[in-house]
Amino acid sequence: MTTEIGPVAARRADAVTPAYKPKGYWHTVAERLSDDKATIVFLTIIILAILSAVFAPIIAPHDPYATSMIARLKPIGTESYLLGTDELGRDMLSRLLYGGRMSLAMGILPVLFAVGIGGLLGVLAGFAGGVTNTLIMRTMDVFYAFPSVLLAVAISGTMGGGAASGLLALTLVFIPSLCRIAETATTQIRSLDFVEAARATGASSLSIISRHIIGNVLPPVFIYASSLVSVSILLAAGLSFLGLGVEPPTPDWGQMLSNLRQAIYIQPLVCALPGIAIFIVSLSFNLVSDGLRHAMDVKS
Amino acid sequence: MWIYAIQRTLYAIPIAVGVSIICFGLVYLAPGDPIQSLLPPDATVEDVAMIRRLYGLDQPLPIQYLEWLMRALTGDLGTSLQTNRPVSYEVFNALGNTLSIAIGAVLLAFILAFALGTLAAYNRGKLIDKFATGISAVGISIPNYWLAIVLVIVFAVTFRVLPATGMGSGGSETFNWFDWNQVKYAVLPMLTLAMIPLGVVTRSTRSAVADTLGQDFVQMLRAKGLSNVAILTHAVRNALPQILAVMGLQLGYLIGGSILIETIFTWPGTGFLMSKAILTRDIPLLQGTILVLALSFVLINLVVDLLQTLVDPRIKRA
Repeated sequence: MTTEIGPVAARRADAVTPAYKPKGYWHTVAERLSDDKATIVFLTIIILAILSAVFAPIIAPHDPYATSMIARLKPIGTESYLLGTDELGRDMLSRLLYGGRMSLAMGILPVLFAVGIGGLLGVLAGFAGGVTNTLIMRTMDVFYAFPSVLLAVAISGTMGGGAASGLLALTLVFIPSLCRIAETATTQIRSLDFVEAARATGASSLSIISRHIIGNVLPPVFIYASSLVSVSILLAAGLSFLGLGVEPPTPDWGQMLSNLRQAIYIQPLVCALPGIAIFIVSLSFNLVSDGLRHAMDVKS
Repeated sequence: MWIYAIQRTLYAIPIAVGVSIICFGLVYLAPGDPIQSLLPPDATVEDVAMIRRLYGLDQPLPIQYLEWLMRALTGDLGTSLQTNRPVSYEVFNALGNTLSIAIGAVLLAFILAFALGTLAAYNRGKLIDKFATGISAVGISIPNYWLAIVLVIVFAVTFRVLPATGMGSGGSETFNWFDWNQVKYAVLPMLTLAMIPLGVVTRSTRSAVADTLGQDFVQMLRAKGLSNVAILTHAVRNALPQILAVMGLQLGYLIGGSILIETIFTWPGTGFLMSKAILTRDIPLLQGTILVLALSFVLINLVVDLLQTLVDPRIKRA
C-alpha cells in the first residue's frame, strides 16, 4: 500500500512546487492519509459526530430535558420521535445529540490535558536526565502500576463522582504512558549530533527544547495520544455508567445506557442506542488512530 | 539471569510502597474531613474527637501513613462501614471470585486469539487476516458493559438458556467448576470479559508471528525444504514468549477492570465490592479493595516479567 505512494506523491508535488524542493514531513503524512480511504471514512464519521454535538441545540428536534408521562419508552420510528423515547419520555435523538457533547468532551479533553502535562514532564525528564529524570519517571512507574480502570474508579469514586472528578481521574490515568513516550523520544534526540551542534553554537536549553526537541517528540506522542481517545471515551462512559459521571439530567451516553438498563425487557433496541453511539465513535477513533500510525511512520 | 530476577524483584518493592502511598492518600481526595467518611453524619462532637484519636487522625500525616502501613502489612485493612466486617475478609472472599472469571476469560480469549492471530499472520492480506483485524478492532472498541447488556438480552431474555445475574444459590461457598448448574452463571461474565483480551491478543499474535515469519532463520528453514506447518511451528514457538507476556498483562487488567462487568452481572467479586463501596461511600472498603487489587497487579507484572526471561533467555534488560 505504502510503496505506490512515492511516485504518485512526487507527481502531485511536481504540479505545485519545483522538483528540487523536498516535501515536509506533515505534507507527506497528509498525502498518505488522503490515499487511505478507510481512514478518511472514519475520520468523516468523527467529524460528523463532533459537529452534531456542537450544533445539538440547532439540530435536535426536541428539548432533551422535556419529559412526557404518556410518551415513555416509545419504539424507534415513532412519529416525531425518530429514535423513540427514554424511560421518562424524553426524545432519544435529542438526548443522544446532547449526550455526545459530554461523551466526546470526556474522550478528547483528558487526552489533551495529559498530552500537555505528560509530554512536558517527559521532555523535562529526558532533557534534564539525572536526579530529575529518576524522580519523574519513578513516580510515573507507581501510577503505571495501577490498571487504568482501577485508577480511574479509585480517584473518581473517592471524590464522589461528577464531571470534574472524571476529567481529573482520566487525565491522571493517561499522563504516565504519554510521559514515558515523550521521555524516550527526548532521550534519543538529545544525544543526536544536531542537538550537540545547536548547543555548541550557544543555543539555550529552552530554545533547543522548543526548536529541536518538541518537533521530534510530537509525532510519537501524537500517534499514541490518538489511540487513547477511544480508551478515554470508553472509560468515561464506564464511569458514568457506574453513576460517577455528570449529574443528571444532563445527558451523557454512559449514564443513558445505565438508566435505560431497567427497560431492556420493554424496548431492547432503544436501550441499545447509547451503546451503539459509544461503539461507533470509539471504533472510528481507533481506526483513524491506526491510519495515522501508518501515515506518520515514515520508515514503513 | 538470576541477577536480573533479583533486581526485578527488588524493583517491585519501591513500586509497591508508592502504590500504598497513593491508596493511603485516596482518603484525602474524598470530599470533606476523612473522619466524616468513617462516621455517620449525626455523630456528636465528642464522638468525632474520640474516633479522631482512636484512628490516630490527630497525628502528622507521615506517622499516620506508617501506622496505616504497619496495620495493612499485618492484614488489618480496617472495618467496612456497611457490614462491620474486616475489610480484608470481604476483599479476599471476593478476590477468588474475580480471579476465577478473569482467568477463565483470559484462557478463552487466548485460545481463540492465538489461533486467529496465527492464521492471520500466515495468510497476510487474505480474508481470514481481514477478519482477524476486524475482530481485534471491535474487541478493543466495544464498550464491554454494553456488550454485557446485549448478551443478557440475547441469552437470558430471548432464548432463556443462561441466567442473567448472580452466582447461583450457594454463592462462592459451594461454587463448583464441574457443575453446569453453577458454572452457567459464570458463562456470560466470562464471555464479556474475554472481549478486550481477545482483541489485544489477536493483534499482538498476528504481529509477533508475522515478524518471526519475516526473519532470516525462517528463510533458512524454507530453503532446507521444511513443510509449511513445520515452519509455522518454529515461528510460533519464537513468538510465544511475547504473546504470553501480553496475556499476563491482560489478566492483570481484567482483575483490576472487572468492576463494570461484575456490577452488571452482580457477580460477587472485587469489582462488585468496589461498586457497592462507591454507592454507599464506604471509604475503608474502597481503599482496601483498591490496595489489594493494585498490589496484585504489581505482583502479576513481576511474575510475567520473570516468566518471560525464564522462557526466552534472549531478553536482556538494563
